[in-house]
Amino acid sequence: VFQRTEFHLLQIKNQFMCAGEENWVDSRTVYVGHREPPPGTEAYIPQRFPDNRIVSSKYTFWNFVPKNLFEQFRRIANFYFLIIFLVQLIIDTPTSPVTSGLPLLFVITVTAIKQGYEDWLRHKADNAMNQCPVHFIQHGKLVRKQSRKLRVGDIVMVKEDETFPCDLIFLSSSRGDGTCFVTTASLDGESSHKTYYAVQDTKAFHNEQEIDALHATIECEQPQPDLYNYCFTKKSHNTNCLIPGVAIYTGMETKMALNYQAKSQKRSAVENKALINTVLKYVWQSEPFRDEPWYNQKTEPERKRNLFLRAFTDFLAFMVLFNYIIPVSMYVTVEMQKFLGSYFLTWDEEMFDEDTGEGPLVNTSDLNEELGQIEYVFTDKTGTLTENNMEFVECCIEGHVYVPHVICNGQILHDCTEDLFFRALCLCHTVQVKDDDSVDGLKKNQLSRRSCIYISSSPDEVALVEGIQRLGYTYLRLKDNFMEILNRENNIEKFELLEVLSFDSVRRRMSVIVRSSTGDIFLFCKGADSSIFPRVKEGKIDQIRSRVERNAVEGLRTLCVAYKKLTAEEYSNAQKLLQNAKLALQDREKKLAEVYEKIERDFILLGATAVEDRLQEKAADTIEALQKAGIKVWVLTGDKMETAAATCYACKLFRRNTQILELTTKKIEEQSLHDVLFDLSKTVLRHNGSLTRDTFSGLSTDMQDYGLIIDGAALSLIMKPRQDGSSGNYRELFLEICRNCSAVLCCRMAPLQKAQIVKLIKLSKEHPITLAIGDGANDVSMILEAHVGIGIIGKEGRQAARNSDYAIPKFKHLKKMLLVHGHFYYVRISELVQYFFYKNVCFIFPQFLYQFFCGFSQQTLYDTAYLTLYNISFTSLPILLYGLMEQHVSADTLKREPSLYRDVAKNALLRWRAFIYWTFLGVFDAVVFFFGAYFLFDNTIMFGNWTFGTLVFTVLVFTVTLKLALDTHYWTWINHFMIWGSLVFYIIFSLLWGGIIWPFLNYQRMYYVFMQMLSSGPAWLGIILLITVSLLPDVLKKVLCRQLWPTATERIQVKYFFIVVSFFVSEVSNN
Amino acid sequence: RYSSFSRRQELDTLTKVHNPLIGTKTHPSRCPDNSAFKQQKLPAWKPQLTPATVLPSFFLTGAFCLAMGVCLILSANSVREIQFDYSDKCSDCSKLRENSSNWNKECHCSVNFTLKEDILGDVFMYYGLQNFYQNHRRYVISRSDAQLLGRNVNKSYCAPFTTYHNGTPMAPCGAIANSMFNDTIDLFYNLNSSAIQVPVLKTGNSWWTDKNVKFRNPKSYNLSSAFAGTARPPYWHKPVYLLDKEDERNNGYVNEDLIIWMRVSAFATFRNLYRRVKRIRQFADGLPAGNYTFRISYNFPVTKFKGRKHVILSTVAWSGGSNPFLGIAYVVSGTAATLTGFVITAIHLKLRKKKTFFQK
Repeated sequence: VFQRTEFHLLQIKNQFMCAGEENWVDSRTVYVGHREPPPGTEAYIPQRFPDNRIVSSKYTFWNFVPKNLFEQFRRIANFYFLIIFLVQLIIDTPTSPVTSGLPLLFVITVTAIKQGYEDWLRHKADNAMNQCPVHFIQHGKLVRKQSRKLRVGDIVMVKEDETFPCDLIFLSSSRGDGTCFVTTASLDGESSHKTYYAVQDTKAFHNEQEIDALHATIECEQPQPDLYNYCFTKKSHNTNCLIPGVAIYTGMETKMALNYQAKSQKRSAVENKALINTVLKYVWQSEPFRDEPWYNQKTEPERKRNLFLRAFTDFLAFMVLFNYIIPVSMYVTVEMQKFLGSYFLTWDEEMFDEDTGEGPLVNTSDLNEELGQIEYVFTDKTGTLTENNMEFVECCIEGHVYVPHVICNGQILHDCTEDLFFRALCLCHTVQVKDDDSVDGLKKNQLSRRSCIYISSSPDEVALVEGIQRLGYTYLRLKDNFMEILNRENNIEKFELLEVLSFDSVRRRMSVIVRSSTGDIFLFCKGADSSIFPRVKEGKIDQIRSRVERNAVEGLRTLCVAYKKLTAEEYSNAQKLLQNAKLALQDREKKLAEVYEKIERDFILLGATAVEDRLQEKAADTIEALQKAGIKVWVLTGDKMETAAATCYACKLFRRNTQILELTTKKIEEQSLHDVLFDLSKTVLRHNGSLTRDTFSGLSTDMQDYGLIIDGAALSLIMKPRQDGSSGNYRELFLEICRNCSAVLCCRMAPLQKAQIVKLIKLSKEHPITLAIGDGANDVSMILEAHVGIGIIGKEGRQAARNSDYAIPKFKHLKKMLLVHGHFYYVRISELVQYFFYKNVCFIFPQFLYQFFCGFSQQTLYDTAYLTLYNISFTSLPILLYGLMEQHVSADTLKREPSLYRDVAKNALLRWRAFIYWTFLGVFDAVVFFFGAYFLFDNTIMFGNWTFGTLVFTVLVFTVTLKLALDTHYWTWINHFMIWGSLVFYIIFSLLWGGIIWPFLNYQRMYYVFMQMLSSGPAWLGIILLITVSLLPDVLKKVLCRQLWPTATERIQVKYFFIVVSFFVSEVSNN
Repeated sequence: RYSSFSRRQELDTLTKVHNPLIGTKTHPSRCPDNSAFKQQKLPAWKPQLTPATVLPSFFLTGAFCLAMGVCLILSANSVREIQFDYSDKCSDCSKLRENSSNWNKECHCSVNFTLKEDILGDVFMYYGLQNFYQNHRRYVISRSDAQLLGRNVNKSYCAPFTTYHNGTPMAPCGAIANSMFNDTIDLFYNLNSSAIQVPVLKTGNSWWTDKNVKFRNPKSYNLSSAFAGTARPPYWHKPVYLLDKEDERNNGYVNEDLIIWMRVSAFATFRNLYRRVKRIRQFADGLPAGNYTFRISYNFPVTKFKGRKHVILSTVAWSGGSNPFLGIAYVVSGTAATLTGFVITAIHLKLRKKKTFFQK
């Protein structure tokens, strides 16, 4: 009984992220136990390897401030504001440097605190990892030291349930057979156990002294970031760890495009305004009595200054004055909104899956609003639409169909192909056995025929092995390279496992070479029918093929099984080839593939299996909702066309009345690709003319909708550039067809093809926003390619979830994610961005107008405190809260009426019309504030310029806050608190700011200004009037648009509003 | 490329050794909290901008604005105001002042006018300036609030009027103080060929807080010693402690003419309160009808910057001065709101009719 399993392992390569800079030779040589080779054999160049310290943190205590500042100022916006700030410091500008310095400092600090906190967490995790004790062997003794002190070449001992401190080579284990079980849960989440074998030469070493005596060198590749390629011996597939970083990057790119489209225009608006004002200033000043009247003389240095220098300084000063229109705080608000807003997604109870105990994960919050803009959904089939919970349904041997529970009744034909078939299924797999007790378990199995637990990375295999068990053949275990199976007669048969030609998604098959107890060598192969049939030379191909096709139509997953007998000579050839390929240091994958191709041919077909994969719950409902929402759903799968099509019918992607268009290899063989494409486009476009789109009711029933089926081969033909150079032609035609199809099914896709098709759509001329959802490693490429990548936290490991932007437990959660959260996020962020723009137009435009009245002297209208705090505190929190809480219609309604999603489709709320409206509103309000106050002041109130500014500012703060209040459809107590609270805060602040002679200020211009203004009746009347007048057009626009051109959302709002009202009315009347 | 690693889990290239005999994996339950806030289900008020809810507010706003506007117009009409542009009335003086070397030559001029009716109530006397850019930035910042608070300041923001060449600081310093309005305007009531000077109040015209908090004389036993070591601004005729010889509490920095001047105006055309008519004797009810004369000591040059000078007599009402803007604006917006209300009603009714028509 192995209660303690010890492994002696050798550290071969450590933290690869810090390695590799030093000497880029092709391979590295490692001396085991740091024993240098005997002198004279070869010139010894000691290679320097980094230590085993894990550094995931970005900053250290010392470099945090400079490095973080550098990182932050690399951002163009921050840099811009830094320049503005420096300009204010250097030249004499209208506003004090505080007005732009303080917000910048605020933004920088908030970001730095956030990043610092994240880095602190990383430091903590690093330390925990670096300081965890490791046992390693030094001079024949076991020594304990911290993980970070490990060096390349150390021999490490790992006990059971410990974590590997670094990448290792497996030298020997305490198990006699030199094996160990390893889970790669922390790599890819696959909790299945994988067996590893010790290097044959060192397997015999068992204690420290023996190990220590080892003299060996190891040649290996330099560490590569791509772990898929980094395999030293026949070790596991490791996860490619780089991808998430890439995913984040693509995320950043896309979001910028959507949100800040107006930004550059704003900046140029600032520059234009500054330029106009500078020119006007010099025109105005050209008369000397204006430039320097007797009462307002210049200082000597000012007089002497060069004209152009003066003009340039003035230009900069105007820039400083108007730069508030792009508030630095907008970036931090948007970021906070996204960051905090994403919590609502992770908190959502309805998206939490009880079975797996998993809720949604947000890997990047940058894409929140894109969730409301999805036009194409690319979904994987297996594990995404279906449960990936396989059940063995039947097998077909030579045309005879066997169903497991029927066979249990003993009605079986005995013949040798059948035995071979069952043995093939028992042997050709990579399933591991996890038994409760390795000694007793064997007996238990024999007696009860109850299975022990099978573990595999592929659920199909488990289903097959379990299914075969019900048919009488039980796979017991793999011991000392012998596979043991229990046959119907309860005899144990032993097969020596010679080679495993492992599965990959390109070949779509796997093989094993085994030697039976009689000495015959068999190659069993199992794979997709398309990859098996071409390699078969005999067997009942037609019967089996028809059965396979029948099963596929029913939505079952089929596999074909074939074998061939190898002579000893053939085997030794094959073995040699394999060995060479495996030991190749370069292009190992490619060479292996070539060898596999050579070996796996001339099969004899045995039969086929069918495994059922049930649909996920509510998959059909979800797809229907997505289609109603105007989202095109494409299914991309590696499965056969018939299987996939059956699933598509089952999940209502295709309906009974959907006309299916096929673009498959079979069809292309009949006609040329050209003709097929043109025929299809003709069919599609003929109906297109008569097609009337009712955006409200979604897909109307009388509308003919099309479903397209395309397979991988046809796709690659379309994608292939033609010789005559007109490469884009077919693509355009193909896209045109796709655009008119409500659903598209792409079957027989290789992983890269999935990404290719996503890219094709993404880059088509409408630039639609795409979403890819999948659960397996084969979906990673597509998840990374799409704008938004969603991973299902499913059975096939966590790779997809980890590489995605968002991860959800089930496909059905996509509905709420897009229709509710996505819609909300989009509505919120679009209001946030435009409102920010609006409120700053309102803020700065009066300042611009004032220049015409103060001789273009850059005199500010508002006091420094107001300039500084306007965006930081007076008007920032209500909009942030709106960005987090707004629900223009209830979440339930959004879920119930998927067509509402169309209201925000194609960036509807951030289009030019909306932008112009907001700009108009901002300019209108600014004009009202300024000229209203101007005429009010005209000959009436003998207050100074600061009172004027304060009056304008008061109207401004109230108007923009009330405008937000008008836009808010969802008033929780927090909204009330924030909106009214910020107004109250403004008043209290103003009272305080004007109430005291502030000792640290060199001016007291605001002293009692606010109170004096409030003590005047006309000022009150003016403020009330101006606020009303500024808000009227917006209210009017809202009411009129609602009446005349209501959007679907508004209709729904009214509908539910009236339902509620009539309910109350009837309640009241009943009472 | 290596530095793009950032997340913890990506780095964990560590593989876990698991004993297959014991290995049981438990999922940590991260079942979310189902508080109303986290589920976005806080109880909320969901207002809708439907015609039904908006129409009353439109009509109410309209009615309120109209009523308010009418009141304001009536009130503004009750205000009496007379204004005289005297910048050209005394052409000799304006010419004289164009040359700054004549600064100490006195120049007087008179403006006669007749009041046909009594002006009842409090009468205020203003001086008005046109085209005088008090809001120019260079001008606005050229002052020292600390100095005016009576503090001793080393650093000041008064350029270019901080000190003389010999280092003597100016008191008060800065362009604003230097250019203080220094015409003296006296109003005479001509009764039976004898001119009676209308009694006026010099104090109580500025903000109480300015007079008592923001402007303070330096502390000393008397004013002239308080300002010892300083000199008058270059354009002034007399030092700051002689601004009002008669009233100690209106002298120095707390002189109300100075205080009022120091509050710079928002626009280039402005008026400042100069005096209030003291309501005693025959002026107890205001200014009686009759002939009046302004006697002006003309010191302030305006022709150089094409400016104008005015003297204004006005009463006030609760709604401010004679400015009709507020009243008109209220009437206009009230009308607009009411009309919009009607338009919305019309559309609403029409649409409803249409809807019922279709339903039939």
